Amino acid sequence: MPYLIDRRPNSRGRSAVNRERFLRRYKAQIQHAVKKMIGERRLDDMERGGEVRVPTKDISEPSFGFGHGGDREFVLPGNREYVTGDRIPRPDGSGNGRGNGSESGSGDSEDSFVFSLSREEFMQIFFDDLELPNLARTEFGRTERKKSVRAGFTKSGVPASLAVIRTLTQSLARRIALGGGMTREVRTLEESFAIAVAAGQAGKAAALFEEVERLLRRRGRLPFIDEPDLRYRNRVWRPEPIARAAMFCLMDVSASMDEDKKDLAKRFFTLLYLFLTRKYGEVDLIFIRHTDDAEEVDESAFFNDTRSGGTVVYSALELADKIRAERYARGWNVYAAQASDGDAFGADPARSARFLRERLLPATRYYTYLELAAPYAEDRASTLWAEYERVAEATGNFAMRRAARREQIYPVFRDLFRKETQ
Amino acid sequence: MNPISRGADWDFDLLERYDTAIARVAGEFGLDTYPNQVEIITSEQMLDAYASSGLPIGYPHWSYGKEFIRNEQAYRRGMQGLAYEIVINSDPCIAYLMEENTITTQALVIAHACYGHNSFFKGNHLFRQWTSADAILDYLVFARRYVMECEERQGAAAVEEVLDACHALMPHGVDRYRRPAAPTLKAESARLAEREAHRERNFNDLWRTLPECESASTPGSTGCFPSEPQENILYFVEKYSPRLEPWQRELVRIVRKLAQYFYPQAQTKVMNEGWATFWHYTILNRLHEQGLVDDGFMLEFLKSHTNVISQPAYDSPAYNGLNPYALGCALFADLRRICETPDAEDREWFPQLAGTDWRVSLDFAMRNFKDESFIAQYMSPRLMRQFHLFAVADHTDKETLCIDSIHDDRGYRRVRKLLSQQHAQEIRVPDVQVVRFDRDGDRSLTLRHLRRRGRPLTEATADVVAHLRRLWGFAVRLETWENDALVGSVVECPA
Repeated sequence: MPYLIDRRPNSRGRSAVNRERFLRRYKAQIQHAVKKMIGERRLDDMERGGEVRVPTKDISEPSFGFGHGGDREFVLPGNREYVTGDRIPRPDGSGNGRGNGSESGSGDSEDSFVFSLSREEFMQIFFDDLELPNLARTEFGRTERKKSVRAGFTKSGVPASLAVIRTLTQSLARRIALGGGMTREVRTLEESFAIAVAAGQAGKAAALFEEVERLLRRRGRLPFIDEPDLRYRNRVWRPEPIARAAMFCLMDVSASMDEDKKDLAKRFFTLLYLFLTRKYGEVDLIFIRHTDDAEEVDESAFFNDTRSGGTVVYSALELADKIRAERYARGWNVYAAQASDGDAFGADPARSARFLRERLLPATRYYTYLELAAPYAEDRASTLWAEYERVAEATGNFAMRRAARREQIYPVFRDLFRKETQ
Repeated sequence: MNPISRGADWDFDLLERYDTAIARVAGEFGLDTYPNQVEIITSEQMLDAYASSGLPIGYPHWSYGKEFIRNEQAYRRGMQGLAYEIVINSDPCIAYLMEENTITTQALVIAHACYGHNSFFKGNHLFRQWTSADAILDYLVFARRYVMECEERQGAAAVEEVLDACHALMPHGVDRYRRPAAPTLKAESARLAEREAHRERNFNDLWRTLPECESASTPGSTGCFPSEPQENILYFVEKYSPRLEPWQRELVRIVRKLAQYFYPQAQTKVMNEGWATFWHYTILNRLHEQGLVDDGFMLEFLKSHTNVISQPAYDSPAYNGLNPYALGCALFADLRRICETPDAEDREWFPQLAGTDWRVSLDFAMRNFKDESFIAQYMSPRLMRQFHLFAVADHTDKETLCIDSIHDDRGYRRVRKLLSQQHAQEIRVPDVQVVRFDRDGDRSLTLRHLRRRGRPLTEATADVVAHLRRLWGFAVRLETWENDALVGSVVECPA
């Protein structure tokens, strides 16, 4: 008779640890593949997992084996037309590769090793060695956020949280404590009863019998479970510190911002959003678009609506500061990202830069400015850029970069959030 | 008799009834097996099991992760189906059955794994000699715990480095012949006493008067260590590496033990699968004769069976080498035919087999051979014709390939010999041995590759030598010799 064992309920991820080791070992190759993939991706499926290709030769495990060349004979099945002595030309491709004898021909047919990354793994690699600058873990969030945790047992509670085993343990202990003496007494009485019966002392025997009966009745009346036995699982609420972030997205939608530039900005904001959601449990997004006047809009309007008009950066900064003061004054890590082509005129750049330095920057953790240049004018600095450069020199939590083409966005983003290395 | 079941669904009760029936038939045929332990697993768990070469417990290593990812990917895309079963050479013999199988497949698998493979594991001389079925699971548990402890103490990277190097040398970490057991102190002293007594008995004073010969001791013998080439490189490293820490030595040992455990499997692939396939076919047919399974069951079974033993021709896109299931099953079935209904050709080729009890002959074949010798011994001309076997010669100095011999009167013996050689260990694993360990000098290690018929090593050789250098701690060089002459370039990894 065999032993039949149902292993299906056992854990499944036995290979998870090995898989994770594989990913860690070939991190560099996988990162390279992921970077390439991001360049080809549409914005809305940035967050999906994906298939990664790694060249097989990079991950092969070497061992002594026979290469091509030398003399050998091999036996093949399925002869139809050949007779001894026939000559056949060598097959093309892998030289003498045809009919690897009895060994299976797997391996050399694949020149790259393909596998899927889950969304988590993908994002992990995507944002690997990026760090939020000036991250202050001290800014803890609302105190009403609480978490229920186990905290031993109590003597009172609701029936649903009755701890059965603990209760029965208590009951057993109580019954032993209260009934133990009686049991001993019963035993001695029974012995004397037996002696009395053997000696033929009927009266004494009857009295003893009566006494035993009385004790047994008393012991029987001990309750199986009594009020003091009851134990309940206890849970307490403990305040849970969470880090929250508010992210301000400021975008210039004036006439000079064409679709290409907006697309670049979109990519940048998406990356920033994905990155923040990995670092914070809760991220609030505030979308502010501006022409010569700023307004707060929802996400789809922000990314899709077209507007036209001049450019007044100051208006957007002012609105952002107002919203920050109203809604995110305490308990929030404030981040801001601004995208613009920098075409601001007159007094606006200088005024904006001053406002930024004096009002907005002290209240934000990190402020990034991305200037979207036209591809043919990559090197020409805008007026806003020149003013902001001075801000960047004076403060520590401000960074600015310039990008003109799609594939620059990711490097620029990485550059902005590079992990500080000692 | 009524069939055991109808329909495709299975439950545990049904599995047990099938097992009872199959066990009875297997007993009638005289199969001797370890007790069985049948475990039902899901396809995901099957993928897990694949990754660790079917072992139920393995130490963590990235290469298993790679294997897992590869199989998972192939399975998800439908490029590769999963095996119906995995069976482990242990006592009790563990067989994994997938839950997706129908009852027909489960019965097939029980007959195949729990009685076919199982009896092979128990009977074949290689398995008896090289693996201890009752100890392997305990050893795996130990190995896993040891590797994980090492990782904790030495760091995962250090452990990985050693394991990588060992894995590269795994095919060269097996003993192909048993080492003599070290004599006990008692036996050793008895031997010395006997030798002394022998010398006294044969004492003759006359020998003293002979003039002394000058070149009594050969000069080279003092400096050369080991005195004879060693083919088990991992064993040599484990015993003599000047640099290895004790924990590293133990890791080398673990990999070596695993390699040794798998060694018989690689050498008996055709026999093992052929034996199991032959028996599931024979057993289930017997059940059908007895009316225990219905025709629907048989049709489904025959479909799976035919898939298993299909052998595409060499030029078919589906060709992937000689199918060991097909070849092995055909060999055993043919052997049975030769015993039961021999014709004139069989009487000429196998006079010792024709007309004998087939069960005895098959049992003998299963116990005493490996692929190489099994084919050399039992391949019949009829089988070569059936498979249309032909041999191709591939010589470097010729511009074309040449048909060496085919399945005709002139070629039978030649084809059989070549097919047998093709299944020999030497054809798969190059002959690389340790020839010198410079103990008193720079502690370098010299390997010798004995090249046969000009077949070179792959480019990966340099990587393997680098791995060995990491284990050894001092310079390692690999020379290639053919016909007592140094050929090719020397691969060297300096200290």
